[in-house]
Amino acid sequence: MRLEPKPTRPVGILLLYPAAAIAATLVFASLLVLAAGASPFSVFYLVAKGAAGSQFALLETLTRATPLIFTGLAVAVAFRARLWNIGAEAQLYIGAVVTVVLGTGLLPWPSFFLLPVIAFCAMIAGAALLAGPALLKTRFGVDEVVTTLLLNFIVLLFVSMLLEGPLKDPTGLGWPQSQKLIDAARLPRIIQGKRLHYGFVLALISALAIWVVMKKTTLGYEMRAVGHNPEAARFAGIPVNGVLMKTALLSGGLAALAGFSEVSGLKGNLTLDLSPGFGYSGIVVAMLAMLNPLGVVFAAIFVAGIFVGADAMSRSAGVPSYIADVMVATALLTMVTALLFSRYRLRWR
Amino acid sequence: MDAIEILFTATFWVAAIRIASPLIFATMGELICERAGVLNLGIEGIMTVGAFAGWFTVYSGGDLWTGVVVAALAGASFGLLHATLTVPLGLSQHVVGIGITLLATSLTYFTYRLALPEVTSPPKIEPFAPLPIPGLSQIPILGEALFSQTPLTYLAFGAAALTAWVLYRTPVGLAVRAAGENPAAVEAQGISVTGIRIGAVMVGSALMAVGGAFLTMSAFNSFFFQMINGRGWICIALVVFGSWRPGKALLGAILFAAFDAYQVRLQQLSGGVVPYQIFLMMPYVLSILALVLVARRATYPKALMIPYQKGER
Repeated sequence: MRLEPKPTRPVGILLLYPAAAIAATLVFASLLVLAAGASPFSVFYLVAKGAAGSQFALLETLTRATPLIFTGLAVAVAFRARLWNIGAEAQLYIGAVVTVVLGTGLLPWPSFFLLPVIAFCAMIAGAALLAGPALLKTRFGVDEVVTTLLLNFIVLLFVSMLLEGPLKDPTGLGWPQSQKLIDAARLPRIIQGKRLHYGFVLALISALAIWVVMKKTTLGYEMRAVGHNPEAARFAGIPVNGVLMKTALLSGGLAALAGFSEVSGLKGNLTLDLSPGFGYSGIVVAMLAMLNPLGVVFAAIFVAGIFVGADAMSRSAGVPSYIADVMVATALLTMVTALLFSRYRLRWR
Repeated sequence: MDAIEILFTATFWVAAIRIASPLIFATMGELICERAGVLNLGIEGIMTVGAFAGWFTVYSGGDLWTGVVVAALAGASFGLLHATLTVPLGLSQHVVGIGITLLATSLTYFTYRLALPEVTSPPKIEPFAPLPIPGLSQIPILGEALFSQTPLTYLAFGAAALTAWVLYRTPVGLAVRAAGENPAAVEAQGISVTGIRIGAVMVGSALMAVGGAFLTMSAFNSFFFQMINGRGWICIALVVFGSWRPGKALLGAILFAAFDAYQVRLQQLSGGVVPYQIFLMMPYVLSILALVLVARRATYPKALMIPYQKGER
């Protein structure tokens, strides 16, 4: 049994493969729904309705997509250069910590000046957090997968320590939560009275900017070259370690923006449940988007829709909302398999 | 009691060996996968599946050893999925591994919620009881630490010994090691690299799952969310720390567990002056430090993470 490259096919046929991946995911999810004693069709209808069936649902999906766009971009950028950043979760929390430290009255500046300063500092912190594992990788050859994964646990404990110590809200009735941000540090809502905030716009701008960086700049070219074949890149005179460091700074900064946007735009303070695994879902988002920065936006909205829709469905149909996590993970595995078969065929001999 | 005296108490070493047991299972599992050339990042999720499958079998009326077997089988099936995608199809071991962890974890939580919709506190089972070995368990400290544990702990040490013996003393072990170093040489012997790697990942994943099951069936007596808590990732670090050798990895796991048991006791001694989170961070920080220490002289399997295609050079 071996894999053989296929002759090129028209785009229309190539699109069938991702569609087959989605279909396979739905079939698998249907089995689980049947096991839960519900009807797949009514459950999927409820998920779709919960994700996009009303203005409220749609806005909720876009709100949930916002952090996923940031973490998805962070992963897409890193994976493109084959820097395995599995630590977007930690970088997100560090961004959130910086937002709370600077946004609760320390800097008494007007909003138009304060917000960019906070966002920038959050990015620096996230970048610094990933610079550590990247340095260990380039200087000592330590695998960054394990170090970034372990940092997720360390940072979450660090945040827990801050929330029970220096950052604890004295009026919080003992709950481990930070003080509320001052008004000037809050990202405004896009529509009055709705939850969707300007973090979403910032996410769209970031996606566009990253697309430009990846496609139109030398850095983007170098990142792709390093990801494609580090030896060849080095031979071609590309400073591989330098490119990996720049990639790490960019990736960590993007993930930290997710924390900034969630605290400043949505929650208003920091708690330990700020992120229900946005960092890990970002990996799925990036892979579904085939690491394309613009694709990340659509993949993030799709993944967010599944989560928001499943929450709504779970309340009415009684199927555990964890089905959303199962679907997202299945979609990741079926999608990478489908993309392989769009380029290769299996030969049995 | 001061900080040094702790080291000479039997309870400390009993705890250390208990904490080491799940790590030994999972570290051996990961080591087998990696020696065959496959990085298995599904470990965290596979341990979660094992923890749930073993516990749930007993909770539904099965006996404890049936639970261990069910956990192993559940782990092996996720191993088969991982291996199918990464070995014959040669997909990225990083992406597939994370995908397996996400899938295994979410499927476990889904099943848990489905099977036990109404519970607020996790139901308990009667876990493995300690089984002191007559005579040996009477030896002060060492005997108590090693020979008054539950049967699963003895099994963990047995698994480590068996792993070492199979890898270094049998033809199968030679083929596994060669598949991770020089797959073309294995193929030249007429042995299928694909078959060896799939088998290794399945066996390794079964061990990881039993490691997870240790937590619900021996260390604690119920299943709760996020109970693996990064132990899988720590085991990956332990494999590197042990230079991919079962003996060193076993020592690493015990050393690590001793440190973990020590920090808990130190935490009680410190009387709350130092935030408890600092102590909880220690195992993860220690793992990173261990990686940095050995990284320079690590001799990892040459074909680790490199997919093999028959007839290709």
